[in-house]
Amino acid sequence: MTTSSKTLDVASTPTKVQKWSQKAPVRIAVVLIAAMWSLPTLGLLISSIRQPNDIATSGWWTALLHPFEAAQWTVTNYTDVLGADGMFDAFVNSLIVTIPATVIPITLAAFAAYAFAWMKFPGRSFLFAMVVGLLVVPLQMTLVPLLQLYTDLELTGTFLGVWLAHTGFGLPLAVYLLYNYISQLPKDLFESAHIDGASHFTAFIRLVMPLSLPALASFAIFQFLWVWNDLLIALVFLGTDSEVAVVTAQLNELVGSRGEAWHILTAGAFVTMIVPVVVFLGLQRFFVRGLLAGSVKG
Amino acid sequence: MTHNTPTTKAPSQDSAAPRNTPTEIISSVAILAAIVLILRASLSFLKNPDGPSNLFASFYDLVGAGGSAEAIRASGLSPITNKLIIAVVAIAVGIAGVWALFIAANRVIDLFSPRWAERLRPFLFVGPAVALLGFFLVYPAINTISTSITDDGGAIENYKFALTDPDMLVAFRNNILWLVLGTGGSVLIGLIIAQLVDRVKREALAKTFIFLPMAISMVGASVVWGFVYEWKPPGQPQIGVLNAGLDAVGRDPIAWLQTAPLNTLALIVIMVWLQTGFAMVILSAAIKGVPGEILEAARIDGANEFQIFRRVIVPSIKGSVITVATTIFVAILKVFDIVFVTTGGKFDTEVIANRMFAEMFKFRNFGRASALAVVLLVVVTPIMVLNVRNLRRQGIGA
Repeated sequence: MTTSSKTLDVASTPTKVQKWSQKAPVRIAVVLIAAMWSLPTLGLLISSIRQPNDIATSGWWTALLHPFEAAQWTVTNYTDVLGADGMFDAFVNSLIVTIPATVIPITLAAFAAYAFAWMKFPGRSFLFAMVVGLLVVPLQMTLVPLLQLYTDLELTGTFLGVWLAHTGFGLPLAVYLLYNYISQLPKDLFESAHIDGASHFTAFIRLVMPLSLPALASFAIFQFLWVWNDLLIALVFLGTDSEVAVVTAQLNELVGSRGEAWHILTAGAFVTMIVPVVVFLGLQRFFVRGLLAGSVKG
Repeated sequence: MTHNTPTTKAPSQDSAAPRNTPTEIISSVAILAAIVLILRASLSFLKNPDGPSNLFASFYDLVGAGGSAEAIRASGLSPITNKLIIAVVAIAVGIAGVWALFIAANRVIDLFSPRWAERLRPFLFVGPAVALLGFFLVYPAINTISTSITDDGGAIENYKFALTDPDMLVAFRNNILWLVLGTGGSVLIGLIIAQLVDRVKREALAKTFIFLPMAISMVGASVVWGFVYEWKPPGQPQIGVLNAGLDAVGRDPIAWLQTAPLNTLALIVIMVWLQTGFAMVILSAAIKGVPGEILEAARIDGANEFQIFRRVIVPSIKGSVITVATTIFVAILKVFDIVFVTTGGKFDTEVIANRMFAEMFKFRNFGRASALAVVLLVVVTPIMVLNVRNLRRQGIGA
C-alpha cells in the first residue's frame, strides 16, 4: 500500500530497513496481485460514469489523467439503464425472487435438520442419506422434466415457481450444513426443555433457532448471493418478460441487444453487482465462516 | 453424534389449556385452511399485473370513496408504485407464508393425543423439505435418465450424439481445458496468494480485493471481462485494456473472444478470477492451522522459506487443497453462464453445460439434452460417492 512513506519512517533504524527490504518483494507482489484482481472491476465502474461518446473512443484509464474535469462524468448511463433498458424493474424482481428464495429454504432446512438430529422417526437414516446424496446432483439433471412439469402446472414465469425451484435446489446443502450445526448443540439443552414440558416445536423455535443464528446467517448470505447471481434457473423457470426478468437475465438480454453500447452494459453490470457486493463486504465474516464450514454449492 | 431423542412420556407436552375441545379443533383446522386460502389468493394476485390497482380500487370502494376507485381503475397506478406494491406483497407472502403454514400445521398436530402428536410431528418437520427434494431432484433426475433413453432418436442416437458429434468433441476438449486450467489455475494462484498474504500487514484488505469477485455473478463477470477483451479494428483507439496494451507496444489488436483457441483460455481466465478468492480463503485458513513448532523446527534445520512452503506447508494442507480442487472442479464442470453470455458457444468455445442448455431450451431436443445431463452426472458421481462415504465414516446418518 503506502510503501514510500514507510521507507521514510523506518530509514533511521538499519535493522528495520533490512527487515523491510526483505519483506518488500512479498509486499509488492501482494499489491500487484490485488491491483490486477481489481482492475477489471475498476474499469467497469469508471466507464459506467463516463460520457457514452468518451467510452467508445478512449480507454477508461484516460479519464484518470484529468479526474477533475467535471464534464466527462455523468449519471445518465444509470438513468438510461434503469429506465428505458428495464434495469429498475429487473432490480425489484431480483429482490422479489431472492429474499423469499433465501428465507424459504433456510426455514424448511432448519426444521428438517432439527428432525434429523433430534427426533426419532421411521426412515430417518434413509431420508438423510438421500439428502446427502442429492448434494451433488447437477442442476442440469433436473431441467428437462421440470421444464415440462412447470408448463403443465402453470408455474413457469411465476415468482412462486422460481422460489420453489431455488428452495428445492438449495435444500440439500442447507439441510446438510444446518444438520452439522444443530446436531452439535448440547443434548442437555433439549432434555431440560422437554422436562419443562416443551414440545419439539417449542424447543425448535425457542432454543434451536436462536442458538443456530451463526449457521443460519452463513447459509443465508451464501444462498442470497447464489440466487441473486443465478442465470440458469432464472432463464429456465422465470424467463425474460419485463414483469419477471431478474437482473442477470436482463443484463444478458442487454449484452445481446446492445452489445456495443458499453455505457449501457457497464452501468447495467454495476446495477447487478451492487447488492451482492454490499452484502458481501458488510457480512464478509459470516461468509468466510460459512465457506470454512463447507458452504460450497457443487 | 448421538440421536438420543427425548421420549414422549411427559404427559403434559406443552401444558396448555384443555385440549381437543370442539372449538379448539375447529379453530386450529380453520386457521390452517384460512392460511392456505389467503396464500392462494395472494399468489394469484401476484400473477395479475393489474392486481395492485384493483386492490387500491377495492380499498377505496370499501371506505366509500367511489370516485377515487374509478379513477384508479381507469388509469392504473404509476408503474413504479405498481412494481413496489407487488414486491412488498410477494416478499411478505413468501416469508410469512412458509412460517404461517408450519405454525398452523403444528397446531393441528397438537390436537392429537401426545403420543400421536410426537409420532406425527417429525413428518411435519421433514415433510416439506423431503417433498420438495422429491419434486425438484429425485423425480426429475430419474425422468431425465429415461428421457435420454427414449426421447428423440432413442438411447443410441442420443448418446452417440453426446459422445461422438463433432460439436460435442470440441465441447469435451474445452471442458477438459476448463477443468485442468481452471481448477489448476484457481488452486495454484489461490495457494500462492494465501501464502503471500499471510506475511503482509494489511492481510484482510489484500484478501478482500482478491475475494470480492466471488460476490459477482458470472453474467456480471462476463461483462466486466468482455470490456477488458474489447476489440476494435486496427487504427481505431482501443478501449479494452488488453488491446490497448498491444497497441502501445505496436502490435495489432487481437479479437480475444473470437479467435480459437485463445478465446477458451480467455474465458477460463474469467472463471479463475472468480474462483481464486474461494481457494485463497480456504487455503489461507489451512495454512494458519499448520503448527508453528513444525515451521520453527524446519527453520532451525536451515530450510529456506520456499523449502518450508514446498516441503512442510503444502503437504500438511493437502486435505484442504483436495477439498478446494474438487469443489472448483464440480463448479467448472457445470459452467454455463460465462460461455452463454460471451460467445454463446460459437468460435469453438462450446462446453457441455452450454450445449445442454441450447439443446433443451433452443432446439427442444429433450433426449439429447438429457443425455448430456447424464454425461455430467456420470462425471460428478465419483465425487458424490466420496462425499457420502465421508459422511458415513463420520457416523452421520448410518
